Amino acid sequence: MGDHAVDALLRVGDSCLVLAQRLTAWCGHAPALEEDIALANVALDILGQARGLLTRAGEIEGAGRDEDALAYLRDAPDYRNLLLVEQPNGDYGTTMLRQLLFDAWAVELWPALVFSTDPVVAGIAGKAAKEAAYHVRHSASWVVRLGDGTEESHQRMLAALDMLWPYAGEAFLDDEVDVAAAESGLMPLPSSLLPAYRHRVESVLAEATLPVPPDPWWQRGGRQGSHGEHLTYLLAEMQVVHRAHPDATW
Amino acid sequence: MYTQGLDQAEPLGDEDLSRLSERFEAKVAAEDKVEPTDWMPDAYRTLLVRQIAQHAHSEIVGMLPEGNWLSRAPSLRRKGILLAKVQDEAGHGLYLYCAAETLGISRDEMVEQLLAGTAKYSSIFNYPTLTWADCGAIGWLVDGAAIMNQVPLCRCSYGPYARAMVRICREESFHQRQGFEIMTVLSQGTPEQKAMAQDALDRWWWPSLMMFGPPDAQSTHNDRSMRWKVKRFTNDELRQKFVDMTVPQAHFLGLTVPDPDLSYNGEHWVFGEPDWSEFKRVLSGDGPCNRERLAARNKAHDDGAWVREAAVAHAEKKRSRERVA
Repeated sequence: MGDHAVDALLRVGDSCLVLAQRLTAWCGHAPALEEDIALANVALDILGQARGLLTRAGEIEGAGRDEDALAYLRDAPDYRNLLLVEQPNGDYGTTMLRQLLFDAWAVELWPALVFSTDPVVAGIAGKAAKEAAYHVRHSASWVVRLGDGTEESHQRMLAALDMLWPYAGEAFLDDEVDVAAAESGLMPLPSSLLPAYRHRVESVLAEATLPVPPDPWWQRGGRQGSHGEHLTYLLAEMQVVHRAHPDATW
Repeated sequence: MYTQGLDQAEPLGDEDLSRLSERFEAKVAAEDKVEPTDWMPDAYRTLLVRQIAQHAHSEIVGMLPEGNWLSRAPSLRRKGILLAKVQDEAGHGLYLYCAAETLGISRDEMVEQLLAGTAKYSSIFNYPTLTWADCGAIGWLVDGAAIMNQVPLCRCSYGPYARAMVRICREESFHQRQGFEIMTVLSQGTPEQKAMAQDALDRWWWPSLMMFGPPDAQSTHNDRSMRWKVKRFTNDELRQKFVDMTVPQAHFLGLTVPDPDLSYNGEHWVFGEPDWSEFKRVLSGDGPCNRERLAARNKAHDDGAWVREAAVAHAEKKRSRERVA
């Protein structure tokens, strides 16, 4: 294992970290108290997954970087997250649709990672698979409620779908890092998860009375470090205290 | 055994009332728990609704000052701990609203009162969180003061409140230890971190002492609340216990309590008088963040209206589809 392994782990770990950061912004501001609790729970699980993978990536890299060095001291071009998760929270419907598009990927990825040749990754995946199964139930149930709710909520979900759909495909585009990671047995090939993903997302959208948009040009580049405009703001806020005190421990 | 339902229809005669009232007082005096279906004086019910609702609102508004630092927590471990803590507060709010609902008020009514600004919540949450050290100071001091207030409530005469408080207190003491741990790390850290910790103590000390309420001589609710075993200790007794516990902890941290009058009399730490005019000002709505906190709650409620409406509409559609099928 080597560079491709570090990169492959960061692609998942950074996606979890950035999404957890997005979700924490809802804490105290959700539409109902029960959702404050649920979203905090999901964010905690996903943050935990990120910490596990970042720590493991740092160990494999062997340059002495721990989870915090990786989270707080890298700039946007070194982040490997999916473009999907850096998209702004928007309204609750946008957040829930983004979550569904992520969860439907995670719920296929983690059970496959249980068979990773890296025992640490397999261990992280064992726990994460159970968490993702709950997460996707939560986000899918909200997409259904909001899609099939009122006229207003339906319109809002159509707008969210229009905004987020082009980011739904990036997780399944293989490149040479993915091929190397799959050959080493570290991770499944991203494209192998697509059929199950597509089936799940399409059936949730159908139940939500939302149309499945035609395949667009899938926006891409996040996994290679080429991000959109939002990520630098997110990182600046997340990293500000840590970077202001370079010699400190917390 | 004769019990009285919440939906009592027949008006009671004076004789019945005095018998019920005697029985209630005897029950409370014997340390038995009052349960939702038991007869209770209206004043007892009103007192509890007010207190439990205020407590629930405090948990909910209390999510905001610490939530302010979730995005900037300086390590991933701290971020996770803080998120779990703020989530606990939401959970406490939920238990407490449920406990209050057993007294015949709905959560919606209580939330409306909070949003309209007619219900009170702990005035400590009207102060701003300015640095990361504030998350430590809030855990250590604010949760520490809350525990002083709340541990006796586990023995409160009203059963649902007492039982809710058992779990809440366990979690609160965990939060208090986490806060103290943040302060410990900061006070042993770089000069900047230590200064941050001292600054947080300076700003949160007096508001924390005010959390116990006005001095006993000025407190309007103490007598009845004590007789009915809702409250077990007076404001001043609890404040003294808090100071006695906290001052040695500040010394352990190597921090200075911002009170020039502080001295030890061999038994207790004697402390200066909090600025009660500030207390009244913040309580009456002119604290640094009163408007902001209420505006944040109102915004969350208003922004979420379409979501709640959609959830109800979907549930109704689903039910009617199931009926047809």
